[in-house]
Amino acid sequence: MYWGSLSEFLEMGGYGLYVWTSFIITALCMVWEILALWRRRAAAIAESRGIVRDIG
Amino acid sequence: MIPWFGTVAALAIAVGLYIGLLVAPTDFQQGEAYRIIFVHVPAAWMSMFLYVVMAVWAAVGLGLNARLSFMMTQAIAPTGAMFTFLALLTGAMWGKPTWGAWWVWDARLTSELILLFQYAGVMLLRTSIDDQRRADRASGVCALVGVVNIPIIYFSVQWWNTLHQGASVSMTAAPKMATVMLTGMLLMTFGFWMYSLAVILSRARCVILERESLQLWSKPSSVAEVAGVR
Repeated sequence: MYWGSLSEFLEMGGYGLYVWTSFIITALCMVWEILALWRRRAAAIAESRGIVRDIG
Repeated sequence: MIPWFGTVAALAIAVGLYIGLLVAPTDFQQGEAYRIIFVHVPAAWMSMFLYVVMAVWAAVGLGLNARLSFMMTQAIAPTGAMFTFLALLTGAMWGKPTWGAWWVWDARLTSELILLFQYAGVMLLRTSIDDQRRADRASGVCALVGVVNIPIIYFSVQWWNTLHQGASVSMTAAPKMATVMLTGMLLMTFGFWMYSLAVILSRARCVILERESLQLWSKPSSVAEVAGVR
């Protein structure tokens, strides 16, 4: 372990704002993409079922 | 396959973050700001790599007239665009403390920004054309032509005098960084790679389903069918 304390870890030697913004936005984008895909998948499945029912 | 890739991605990213944020020592020149490398470089690599893969699928689609290839092109574009955006954003976050500017019009940064516009172009061209086959072909050509920008991005730091630093890791020479840092970065890259596989395959399934539905809706109905509904 490199860090002495939690506050030291969060400060990142004064660069905390830049480092944490980078990591958090990257994480948010990836999580958002996964959630958006789940919704898209659910919608696609619902739509194809609906059509099959209508035609069927 | 998709949950498997997802699990491997989560594990690799978790270990990569552990090494990158908790184990790796500080950089003697840039202090802790260098830790942005653990998201910046993997995102930038993925942005270029995914573009090449997308262009290859577009080429296969155009050459063999294969619908599935175009669906892969369609599935890759949003993830590639996201990583391009992230590479630019984390780059700005890194540029401000080390160069003193969020953005400079340096060859590496400019060509990467153009890559973002190319992804946008490929996606917009598809959605702006109603006819599926024409949309596929147009955005495929767009993706394929744009691939010339990839070597420009890659070699920009050698061809021009850029503010952006040169490559620390290359195929031909020994890496110019400490082993711990390199391990963390490669693990993050591997994680992003697996993540992309999971997300892209899952999006491809959505695209297939959506196109099937579209075809069923637009299927010309026979007189008997219409009469049956009435």
